[in-house]
Amino acid sequence: MSVPSDSPAAPTAGTELDELPQVDVMDIRLDSDEDLGERMVLNMGPSHPSTHGVLRLVLEIDGERVVSVSPDVGYLHRGMEKLGESLGYHRFIPYTDRLDYLAPLSNNCSIALAAERVCGIEAPPRANAIRVIVCELARMSAHLLGLGAYSMDVGAMTVFLYTFTERERLYNFFEYLTGARFTTTYTRVGGVARDAEDGWLAEVREFCNEFHKKVDTWENLLTKNRIWRLRNEGVGVISQEQAISFGLTGPIGRGSGLPYDVRKDRPYFGYEQYDFDVPVGERGDAYDRYLCRLEEMRQSARIVVQAIDKIPQGRILADEPKFVLPEKYDVLTGMEQLIHQFMLVTGEMDTPKGEIHSYIENPKGEHGYYIRSEGGAAPWRLKMRAPSFVNLQILKEIVPGHMIADIVAILGSLDFVMGECDK
Amino acid sequence: MGDLLTTLGSGLPLVGAEVTFWWVMGRIGLVLLLVHVLLIVGALMVWAERRVSAWMQDRLGPNRVGPEGLLQPLADLGKFMFKEDVVPKHTSKWMYMLAPAISLVPAMVTFAVIPFTGSYEPIYGADGQPTGEYITQSWQIADLNIGVLYILAIASLGVYGVTLGGWASNSKYSLLGGVRASAQMISYELSLGLAVVPVVLMVSSLRLGDIIAYQADTVWLLFTQPVAFFIFLVASYAETNRLPFDMPESETELVAGYHTEYSSMKFALFFLAEYTHMIVGAALVVTLFCGGWTFFGLEQLGWIMGVLIFAAKTTFFLFAFIWVRWTLPRFRYDQLMALGWAWFLPIALLNIVLTGGALAFDQDWVLYILPVALIAAAVIAAWFKYRRDLDNDVPKLERAPQLVGVAGSGGEER
Repeated sequence: MSVPSDSPAAPTAGTELDELPQVDVMDIRLDSDEDLGERMVLNMGPSHPSTHGVLRLVLEIDGERVVSVSPDVGYLHRGMEKLGESLGYHRFIPYTDRLDYLAPLSNNCSIALAAERVCGIEAPPRANAIRVIVCELARMSAHLLGLGAYSMDVGAMTVFLYTFTERERLYNFFEYLTGARFTTTYTRVGGVARDAEDGWLAEVREFCNEFHKKVDTWENLLTKNRIWRLRNEGVGVISQEQAISFGLTGPIGRGSGLPYDVRKDRPYFGYEQYDFDVPVGERGDAYDRYLCRLEEMRQSARIVVQAIDKIPQGRILADEPKFVLPEKYDVLTGMEQLIHQFMLVTGEMDTPKGEIHSYIENPKGEHGYYIRSEGGAAPWRLKMRAPSFVNLQILKEIVPGHMIADIVAILGSLDFVMGECDK
Repeated sequence: MGDLLTTLGSGLPLVGAEVTFWWVMGRIGLVLLLVHVLLIVGALMVWAERRVSAWMQDRLGPNRVGPEGLLQPLADLGKFMFKEDVVPKHTSKWMYMLAPAISLVPAMVTFAVIPFTGSYEPIYGADGQPTGEYITQSWQIADLNIGVLYILAIASLGVYGVTLGGWASNSKYSLLGGVRASAQMISYELSLGLAVVPVVLMVSSLRLGDIIAYQADTVWLLFTQPVAFFIFLVASYAETNRLPFDMPESETELVAGYHTEYSSMKFALFFLAEYTHMIVGAALVVTLFCGGWTFFGLEQLGWIMGVLIFAAKTTFFLFAFIWVRWTLPRFRYDQLMALGWAWFLPIALLNIVLTGGALAFDQDWVLYILPVALIAAAVIAAWFKYRRDLDNDVPKLERAPQLVGVAGSGGEER
């Protein structure tokens, strides 16, 4: 069977890799023989100080001005979706730490919620309240890093260290609660791994109560700073139509005036009980996205305080022995729990057949899973919606016409994580 | 020893000096002394930069090597010495090797004409009135009567090091850094030179010793020429490639700009050149606008007081260099050029015209027209903005995100 060389037809079984039709995803090639005249091709990344991780941009520049850009992702691809399909719901949770590695707790909550929706169970109220608390703390820590790295890219190094001081305190909280600072693996299908102690909650509440003062400090350094405004206002403008058609979510979509927040529109974990506002920008430039992030941090602190005040008592794991891992003490003392533990871990779990799409509001945007279950302990198909991947698609639209220095401002304001983008 | 000190302090001009053995030895000794002082202070500046920035950022900074980390520069030097000296194959070798030296030497040579202590007395005319001229005795390597011109001439050579370094590296990032550096330094060189012209007009001498004597006898030029002072200060920030004007090396855009491809001692020379430029810049601001080594008669206590006063003032401006760097974000390339050409250049020119007018018609008040007008314009602009915001009921923040308390439309339409 002959395949026409110009059409990327599906390869038949047994085709060697070399024989596959070459599909060129890059518009600009570094090794091109084309005469560029006054223009120059500049390779930015995958190892570059401001491409945060391993994003690669191939730029065609005319002096300092960017004529066109060709983003290249995939340097951190680890096959997360396939891992999820082969490992199953319980054993996939530790891998989600490495998705958006700036907010692992939020990812943990996302996969746990998706698995619960597949199994048709619900986490107890206390577990949901704790999930709200850790999700919002994770949002704060992710935005802190985003703001710090953003301001450092634009040249204000000191803000970076100020935000990292606060982020350090948040990480201490995470360490106390989950046993790890970074790779938390905190949630379980049907609840959370450990209960939050009253003393921990009190300390977090105090931190969140004073958090807005810290945000004011950073605002004093940046918001009205003339240079900061010159660098960010009118840079990387995304219109509301573009935001909708590109599926931009999170602070980027909201910065463009799209009032969409999963916590408000499709509440999960009982977000409807809490009183909070969603910041929405007007012009959709980098400055609007910066303002939205600042305000979101304040609102997150507000939610955490409310959640701690209202936290119900009770179990932290759902009473569904066929789906939920038993507590370790019970495994060591009870026969039935031992059997359940053994069966769940070795993959004897009978999930109902069907498909779900579960999504939550991650710091970077709407993070979701499409899961098709054919029974068993692992999804038949797991498709992940990674907000960073979706959000980065706008680069080709907004970067051309800007200067090289604007690229770092745009990248900083898009605040992406390559671990999530490359899956 | 006494002979040597007298010779050093005699302030003999280079031309027409009685060239004796001791005179030559004295000059050579002074050159060696100043070169070493500059190098050591430059190294200490690296330490100071790290400690001050750490202090501003609520962390410790280098504090392990020696008391308070003071020996850190030595450790850094050891590291630089033993690093592999990579010369990439694709570079233009000679230019590549030469560029760090071209960068450092002009910075150090500039210091030759800056007086760091001395004495002065006014010359009285036949009528007993001061003639406006002074007998100055300054300690410096060369008491040139064209000191200011010399500084401007040498300072403009510094750009070659950066540009050649960027060009010879034959790397795209380095090239961009080099091109930025040349454009930036040329445009700020203009403002820098034009900011000095009013000073020269008022003192009517190009000799730095005379400029200091004039300020000590009347008032610091900082007060009579605030606009020139400000422009000179900002332009010297741009000259030294420091934030907010560190375009040529802006590490988050161009990796390390013009010295991306440099390693080992060559990199250290670029590094040292930046700090030497800073020291010279601060010393120039002190000399031209803040009375140099004089401080309201305190310098008459002895020559050592002059040195101390000069060092203290220079240290203050060096601290300001560090302070600004760790506070402000970076300008964009075109914004920087706009600031230089559209604001500083016209204002500096206007300042020259006004100063010339004031001197020609002997009307001192004309000197204050420009600063007062600029401040008034800023106040009026701020007032109008305040009124407008008050009328339109704009909240304190000019732009704030709109807070949405209810579910948005985005979710329903999906």
